[in-house]
Amino acid sequence: MSKRKPYVRELPIDWWLKNAFYTKYMIREGSSLFITLYSLILAWGVFRLSQGEAAFNAWMAALHHPFSIILHLIALALALYHTVTWFSLAPKAIALWIKGKRLPDKFIIAGHYGAFVVVSIFCLIIITL
Amino acid sequence: MSNTTEKTYTRSHEPIFWGLFGAGGMLTAFLTPVMILITGILIPLGLIDSKHLSYEKVHLFATSWYGAAIVLVLVALPLWHTLHRIYHALHDLGIKRGRDLQQVFCYGFAFAVSIFVFTLLLQMF
Amino acid sequence: MNASTITIDILRYRPEMDEKPFTQSYEVPYSADLSVLESLQYIKDHLDSTVSFRWSCRMAICGSCGMMVNGVPKLGCKVFLRDYYPKKVTLAPLANFPIERDLVVVMDDFIDKLESVKPYLIPEKEKDLATGPHQQTPLQMEKFKQFSMCINCGLCYAACPQYALDKKFTGPAALALLARYNRDSRDNGEAERMKIVNQEEGVWGCTFVGYCSVVCPKDVDPAAAIQLLKVDSSKDYLIGMFKPD
Ligand code: SF4
Ligand code: FES
Repeated sequence: MSKRKPYVRELPIDWWLKNAFYTKYMIREGSSLFITLYSLILAWGVFRLSQGEAAFNAWMAALHHPFSIILHLIALALALYHTVTWFSLAPKAIALWIKGKRLPDKFIIAGHYGAFVVVSIFCLIIITL
Repeated sequence: MSNTTEKTYTRSHEPIFWGLFGAGGMLTAFLTPVMILITGILIPLGLIDSKHLSYEKVHLFATSWYGAAIVLVLVALPLWHTLHRIYHALHDLGIKRGRDLQQVFCYGFAFAVSIFVFTLLLQMF
Repeated sequence: MNASTITIDILRYRPEMDEKPFTQSYEVPYSADLSVLESLQYIKDHLDSTVSFRWSCRMAICGSCGMMVNGVPKLGCKVFLRDYYPKKVTLAPLANFPIERDLVVVMDDFIDKLESVKPYLIPEKEKDLATGPHQQTPLQMEKFKQFSMCINCGLCYAACPQYALDKKFTGPAALALLARYNRDSRDNGEAERMKIVNQEEGVWGCTFVGYCSVVCPKDVDPAAAIQLLKVDSSKDYLIGMFKPD
């Protein structure tokens, strides 16, 4: 008779807290909660805009609340985390072959960061025009 | 146990959502930080004068056809990214019940907000 | 004190007598050039002959000695006690696989997954021997070589939470193997294999955690293979919309 009795380990529900790599993955996925919130704030802004000047100004005033500023600071930190992780993974979906060699990841990543800086500065300038 | 008969394979519709997820993720990676910085931090702190985001200016922009398109994309597209992630994160957290419902709710939410913003912009035109 | 020692904790499981696994500690003489696998062999030879584990090549090529070392999937022959000393080393069987005995796991599902992706050349038409071998340029080989370096150690499956959550997921190594054949210039089986890729349990079970590529001892980068296959699958989806088969 076989003595085999394979033991199956259950995956703990908090598996993503048991390993720093998984925790970072979950923070990456969790960043989407705050980015969702930010999109909703903007959507609300569009709604208030459609209601006229007084409504829009009230929306703007609400953004001045310290609570709002703290919320946006957290959202900014997580959005930047998304950016960093996104850029580090982006080259994986790109297989660019130049003269028989695959373009090294670090060039693609550097290109993304370069564009990021340019786009950000461009936005800051255009808004103050 | 060699199976000589060909298995049946079911194609997933994930490519549609993955495409939107990717586009939204790209947009979010490049633009969301600076957008948050401007609307949520620099203007409220007075480091950028709020006249740059005054009602007239924003209204003028949002009622031009290209401005409306930009606003729609900036507000709605990130949601297709984030709700996709949230849908999959629910699975990661071990919430196995009602995956279909979760899917309808997540993507439905992104869809609803997109339509909401789209309608508002159309109305203002 | 000339001979220092290091503590090695092993998660043990003996199916004929244990209800569930338990930890047993061993003291092993420390030396900087001892691999974890060699320390296990020391335990088996000198301390406790009942400890079971798998190994063969001792040089990171056979893929037998995968195990969790302090919670991280590693090849026992490719990690050294010096990487942990003076802290203790905790060994457990590869995560996400059923435990057969001690550090030995049941890999049947992993092997099935590898077999399921049609990992063989499917040429356009059979060539007879007289016409000579299939020719391939170095450049054509370069396109898939990385994905062909897999030693079937299973570390990537132990690293993959999506496989842990859903055993139906085809998983990193098998999908990298699939990509390896799809990218081979001598192969013409892409259309058949895309059916496997396009499924929920194909590439779409992956959320790009990316840990598989970190733990892979051969730099196969299965996460990249899956990512490229997602792009392929999306193209296939678009084509399928206009040209349903
Ligand atoms: S892809 Fe790497 S980690 Fe996975 S089985 Fe192959 S060699 Fe091991
Ligand atoms: S013994 Fe062969 S890979 Fe470690």
